[in-house]
Amino acid sequence: MLDASEGYTTEDGRKIGGVVMEMKNITLRFGGVVAIKDISFDIRQGEIRAIIGPNGAGKSSMLNVISGFYNPQEGEVYYQGTLRPPMKPYQVAQQGIARTFQNIALFEGMSVLDNVMTGRIRQMKAGPFAQALWKGKAEREEVENRAVVEKVIDFLEIQAIRKTPVSRLPYGLKKRVELARALASEPSILLLDEPMAGMNVEEKEDMSRFILDVNDEFGTTIALIEHDMGVVMDLSDRVVVMDYGQKIGDGTPDEVRNNQAVIDAYLGVAHD
Amino acid sequence: MFYREAGDFKTSYSEDNQTFPIKFDRWRYYFVLLVAFAVVPFIINDYWVNAVFLPFLIYSIAAIGLNILVGYCGQVSLGTGGFMAVGAYACYKLMTGFPEVSIFIHIILSGGITAMVCVAFGLPSLRIKGFYLAVATLAAQFFLVWLFNKVAWFYNYSASGQINAPERTVLGTPITGAQTEPWAAYLFCLVFVVICAVIARNLTRGMQGRKWMAIRDMDIAAEIIGVNPLRAKLSAFAVSGFFVGISGALFFSVYLGAVEVGEVFGITKSFLVLFMVIIGGLGSIFGSFAGAAFLVLLPVLLKNVLVGTLGWPTDLAAHLEFMIVGALIVVFLIAEPHGLAQLWRVAKEKLRLWPFPH
Repeated sequence: MLDASEGYTTEDGRKIGGVVMEMKNITLRFGGVVAIKDISFDIRQGEIRAIIGPNGAGKSSMLNVISGFYNPQEGEVYYQGTLRPPMKPYQVAQQGIARTFQNIALFEGMSVLDNVMTGRIRQMKAGPFAQALWKGKAEREEVENRAVVEKVIDFLEIQAIRKTPVSRLPYGLKKRVELARALASEPSILLLDEPMAGMNVEEKEDMSRFILDVNDEFGTTIALIEHDMGVVMDLSDRVVVMDYGQKIGDGTPDEVRNNQAVIDAYLGVAHD
Repeated sequence: MFYREAGDFKTSYSEDNQTFPIKFDRWRYYFVLLVAFAVVPFIINDYWVNAVFLPFLIYSIAAIGLNILVGYCGQVSLGTGGFMAVGAYACYKLMTGFPEVSIFIHIILSGGITAMVCVAFGLPSLRIKGFYLAVATLAAQFFLVWLFNKVAWFYNYSASGQINAPERTVLGTPITGAQTEPWAAYLFCLVFVVICAVIARNLTRGMQGRKWMAIRDMDIAAEIIGVNPLRAKLSAFAVSGFFVGISGALFFSVYLGAVEVGEVFGITKSFLVLFMVIIGGLGSIFGSFAGAAFLVLLPVLLKNVLVGTLGWPTDLAAHLEFMIVGALIVVFLIAEPHGLAQLWRVAKEKLRLWPFPH
């Protein structure tokens, strides 16, 4: 069922590995509303996978299923080749799936550094007693993880605001801090929910560059939702198109662009 | 001028992580500790200890405990009085049950017992938030006070229903009972305050504190990042209960010596500690001290000024005291809703640039 060994090479020569996550026949209902209907797709190692679709198509619900926030009524989620049982979101996070949110979900009362450090929760294991003592294990762990976090801070060019409370930051920077927090956990899959929503062209360019750099430098697998078609077509290796909870297209940006169902969904069809 | 970071370079992350990153601050802290341990015990008398120092120190511990729960983890609790009573009664039962064990250990054990009780009453926090949780903890307050009144086993079947602290010594010096010297009681409490403050600070600056604050600021995002909300919330209740229990035990054994539960650990105590935390500043260890100092010292100060200096009758002064303290609380909260700790922070930020703010 899982052809995990197989991979492909992109046009620009990046090697894409086997399947890390496979969604099989996912159906998600809220009462009578069917948010996602029988959708299957996979995410491969090292690729940038986009999920697009008109408003209300079920993209965010799909991301919420991947991150464990919703448990689908039907269908299976395979992660790294094994069937994932229904899980709490924090357990999914412990497995190495990190995400950002459509409307920023940073911890407003904490500094940028503390926010990014929370991303290291998976790696920091010192118990409460060790932390109460501080000297020894807790401090060592803090320093080691701080070094990793500083690399991420460096990478995303937010050194100057390290100690600033998040509530004082402008929108664009908050988005970047949120990306930093997700990256700090060294995720195997990074989910981005509209990373460029509400940004101007310049900020979008910055963010696109960061996403490409992250993928390039750390080899992180990225799944993203985005409304800006230009961005999606430029960034992603493969695109899933959703409409009314159903999958209407799946393939490379070029394939999707020429798919009649996708064109109909976006431009509308004449009813006769 | 001397309060600044310029030239004070940090070359390692542990240096950057320390509690007082600015050198002047660090020295001030050592100086305060030195005065508290080496100077104050020699000059204080009975009045100062009983009216000022003991209540200030003991309420500080309670305020630190409640601040961890309310200020850091965002779980509102109105059960502090009840939890202090648990600490007091646990201490009493331990003192009378195991007289040969040091009271030092009794007080720490009382903290542990209170932590467990606090966790049990914290369980509703997994389902309910905010004001509703406050009401749920209110149940703890009334239930615990009722329990200690009702079940005679807790007060060893004494006729008065009171509990009285028997005399106990540490290193040969009496700490509880009538023979206690003021400096001994003061030092004993001070040791606990310092230990509690250091533990609280260590917990809140590390990953544990970040988990609590993440839950406070946005619990859904915290869970998606990998915080287990059950463990984060209950650990906050446990740590908070530990500190509150210690403060209750000290309040009973060292400070009052005899306690009638409804009178001492009633709902007013819960509100008093909550006000300390709010006035002092939510989410700040310093704020806990500032809030405790404000609410303990202000009435004493007012009484001294009104009765001592102005010569007003005591009863008039007592009424005015309530009004003035109340008015000051309102004024403070309007001027700085984030408490004394925020005032302090703003003052420090100004000081860093003083006298050249541009």
